[in-house]
Amino acid sequence: MATTTTTVPSAGPVVGSRSFLSRLREGDEIARIITFLFAASVVLITVLLVFELWRGSALPRHKFGFNFFRTSVWDPIFDQFGALPFIYGTLVTAAVALILAVPLGIGAAIFLAELAPARVSDTLEFFIDLLAAVPSVIYGLLGVFIIVPLMRSYIQPALKGTLGFLPLFKGPAYGVGFLTAGIVLAIMVIPYIISVSREVLLSVPRDQREAALSLGATRWESTWKVVVPFARGGIFGSIFLALARALGETMAVTMVIGNTPTISASLFSPGYSIAAVIANEFTEATGDLYLQSLIELGLVLFILTFILNGLARLLIVATSQRGGGMGNT
Amino acid sequence: MHASARPAVSVNIPPTTVNAPTRDAQAALTMRMTVSKVNFFYGSKQTLFDINMGIATNKVTALIGPSGCGKSTLLRTLNRMHETVRHARLEGEIQLDGQNILTQDVTAHRRRVGMVFQRPNPFPKSIFDNVAYGLRINGSKLPVAEAVEKSLRHAALWDEVKDHLHKSAYELSGGQQQRLCIARALAVEPEVLLLDEPCSALDPISTAKIEELLVQLKDLCTISIVTHNMQQAARVSDFTAFLLTGQLIEFSPTPQLFTTPGDPRTEAYITGRFG
Repeated sequence: MATTTTTVPSAGPVVGSRSFLSRLREGDEIARIITFLFAASVVLITVLLVFELWRGSALPRHKFGFNFFRTSVWDPIFDQFGALPFIYGTLVTAAVALILAVPLGIGAAIFLAELAPARVSDTLEFFIDLLAAVPSVIYGLLGVFIIVPLMRSYIQPALKGTLGFLPLFKGPAYGVGFLTAGIVLAIMVIPYIISVSREVLLSVPRDQREAALSLGATRWESTWKVVVPFARGGIFGSIFLALARALGETMAVTMVIGNTPTISASLFSPGYSIAAVIANEFTEATGDLYLQSLIELGLVLFILTFILNGLARLLIVATSQRGGGMGNT
Repeated sequence: MHASARPAVSVNIPPTTVNAPTRDAQAALTMRMTVSKVNFFYGSKQTLFDINMGIATNKVTALIGPSGCGKSTLLRTLNRMHETVRHARLEGEIQLDGQNILTQDVTAHRRRVGMVFQRPNPFPKSIFDNVAYGLRINGSKLPVAEAVEKSLRHAALWDEVKDHLHKSAYELSGGQQQRLCIARALAVEPEVLLLDEPCSALDPISTAKIEELLVQLKDLCTISIVTHNMQQAARVSDFTAFLLTGQLIEFSPTPQLFTTPGDPRTEAYITGRFG
């Protein structure tokens, strides 16, 4: 008495034999198609973005070619556009931000996840999430009114007095500049690093900690040699997020970087970043070449972010221990 | 909540039947660990009531009982792993070689009393680095490579992994991972090895291998194992403690507990009437 109806939801291995229509009726196929479209939209938007940036920057691409990346003159009056100072400023400020934010952020996350009492950890997490949600213009104001004067009057003179022999800390203390922009960026990205890293550390299975402790590890040995390595994939993820934010941050950087297209070894020097110049000059860009040069800068920023993310991912793969914990790609 | 403030339910339970060890046997036995008047609390909830028992040197002592009876909690107190849980509190005394473990340095104590957990929990490192972990943090008398080989041999895993020691531990099967965890624990040469339901996540063949291993490991260290599998307790252990709702009901030599239980509740449990 074999039944051969396909509408009856059949169990186990027979599932594959159901017809497309019956699967459609039961919702599986509809759900698959709809969620696929949602996922595909991500790719679509990316492709569209690159295409528009590419198409919109045809003039300077043809006129300057690779010289666009090599020259540092940015002169709208004489139609000379070179992107180097902006690329430099973007990279330097992001690097300063990460150098400051990564150890601080990860250290704070370890404290919150491993050492702090749960109540302290949860309360602080609330404030950290709040900080992550503060609009960047507020950080810009903080930079202009607090950090810039502090830098000019105290921090930069102090650095000059102690580490002044390094080319990094030479030159007049304007207050605004690469270092200040990097510090403001660091303040902005620390909450991301803490919040994501804490979450990842908390989700390391309890039995990993217990395995280490039962071997006679101290709490710190278990944290540093077992829990953190286990969570490293996720911690790197939080750093990527911070890097992406630092590269693309516009408002706060514009307010404190000094907005001068210079390339200088000194971090005290005022500079400019890609995002800042686009925001500042877009509305007043007269002439197609000027406008399209700004669009090409956008393309450069996109590619820069893409390359740095790719390199960071390669770094994870290259340094990953055999076995790998969570989140390793 | 104080130890004396027991819930009303427990008042009518007759005192523990402690048959083990008989006087003759006692003469030959030494107790590596003793548990005296241990009461245990999670917050205000008491989960162990006045436990008295011993873990005999170079024997296997099994802790059995239905889920939630406190057998894992009791095992975890033996290497003070309960201290990692918030609001956990222990009253009473636990001794290792005559010294109160609760006043010793906790990391030094845990090095002497190793533990293997319910789910295999290798570190995300190579097979070699897993076994070497404890040696590296504690220091090793032997060269690390030699000590790793020795531990893997003791855990009956060497022949299976000797050609790929630098592969990820996660590439091993569940049973192999659990034996790796045993090797990792053995590497620091503990005097006592605690196993918390080590086979509950394993298939029958892997389980048989681990049971066989435990019997061999007796000569190397003292073993205590929590199991929900009574046949396993019967097969591997020399002494069995039966716990019920946080009380030690019966503690006897294993053959005696399973053939002529001294308490009707033990009999009810081992004949499968509950639990």
